[in-house]
Amino acid sequence: MISITVNGERRRFEQPLNCSQLLSQLELAGKRVAIERNGEIVPRSRFPEQMLDDGDKLEIVVAVGGG
Amino acid sequence: MKPHENLDPLVIAGKSYSSRLLVGTGKYKDFAETQAAVEASGAQIITVAIRRTNIGQNPGEPSLLEAIPPSKYTLLPNTAGCYTADDAVRTLRLARELLDGHDLVKLEVLGDPRTLFPNVVETISAAKTLIKEGFKVMVYTSDDPIIARQLEEIGCVAVMPLASLIGSGMGILNPWNLQIIIENAKVPVLVDAGVGTASDAAIAMELGCDGVLMNTAIATAKNPVLMASAMKKAVEAGRAAFLAGRMPRKLYTAAPSSPTAGLITPASK
Repeated sequence: MISITVNGERRRFEQPLNCSQLLSQLELAGKRVAIERNGEIVPRSRFPEQMLDDGDKLEIVVAVGGG
Repeated sequence: MKPHENLDPLVIAGKSYSSRLLVGTGKYKDFAETQAAVEASGAQIITVAIRRTNIGQNPGEPSLLEAIPPSKYTLLPNTAGCYTADDAVRTLRLARELLDGHDLVKLEVLGDPRTLFPNVVETISAAKTLIKEGFKVMVYTSDDPIIARQLEEIGCVAVMPLASLIGSGMGILNPWNLQIIIENAKVPVLVDAGVGTASDAAIAMELGCDGVLMNTAIATAKNPVLMASAMKKAVEAGRAAFLAGRMPRKLYTAAPSSPTAGLITPASK
């Protein structure tokens, strides 16, 4: 069991997982998002291999309307 | 070639744009309206915000990037809502990754949630970091000519002073400061924030601004699409008037427009 903070919300996962698997579990697969992990950018090309650790803090962002 | 056809492009970071109007995508009722207003504005550079995605609540939610595709427009991710240099830098790193390495960005670091006044100290600090990391920074700032000059010296590709506070629609409050900024600058100067209606945009351009960036004036008009087209015309008209060079102001003139000779004489009695 690992615990990850995603966009400020604590979430628990039964199995270790990578960024792509996380996005599928969050129903975000196929969406254009960017991920910051513990203050560092995870390149989109590395989503399938970047494993997440217990206690990671993630920010997952999209483009929205703004000035 | 038509007289207005790209003979006078706006050049930012080495790239030419035929439109001198930049528009935001916030505060519209839906993406269809955003799209229609952006289209009517003729803008080529479109600002977007970067925000946490919602998770689970609304998986089928449409994406702004489908309405405003990066293949058609130059997207300008901005840091509106950031109050520290660190948050602004992190937001733009995420934006660059999100937009496949796109490095033209709008830096905006606010100092106060009530007025949305820019925090120029944090702005300068963020600009230094971003430029070191290869970003091309268009920077929102106050209308202080010294800060504008410092931001240019750091390496910002455009300086964007406010006309008045964000969302205020108060128009150009200090044309004299803007004029000093324009005179000093070697990079494009764009008015960003405070434009309320078409005449404000025209005045900014007549002062010699290289462009105008706006969001609220269009998005919160009763008819945003019509206002977008009004702004397009105002920016074009203002630019043309600036290039044409206005006549000097005089309190009165002893030189009427019609000939003083050849007037008919009064009918004889």
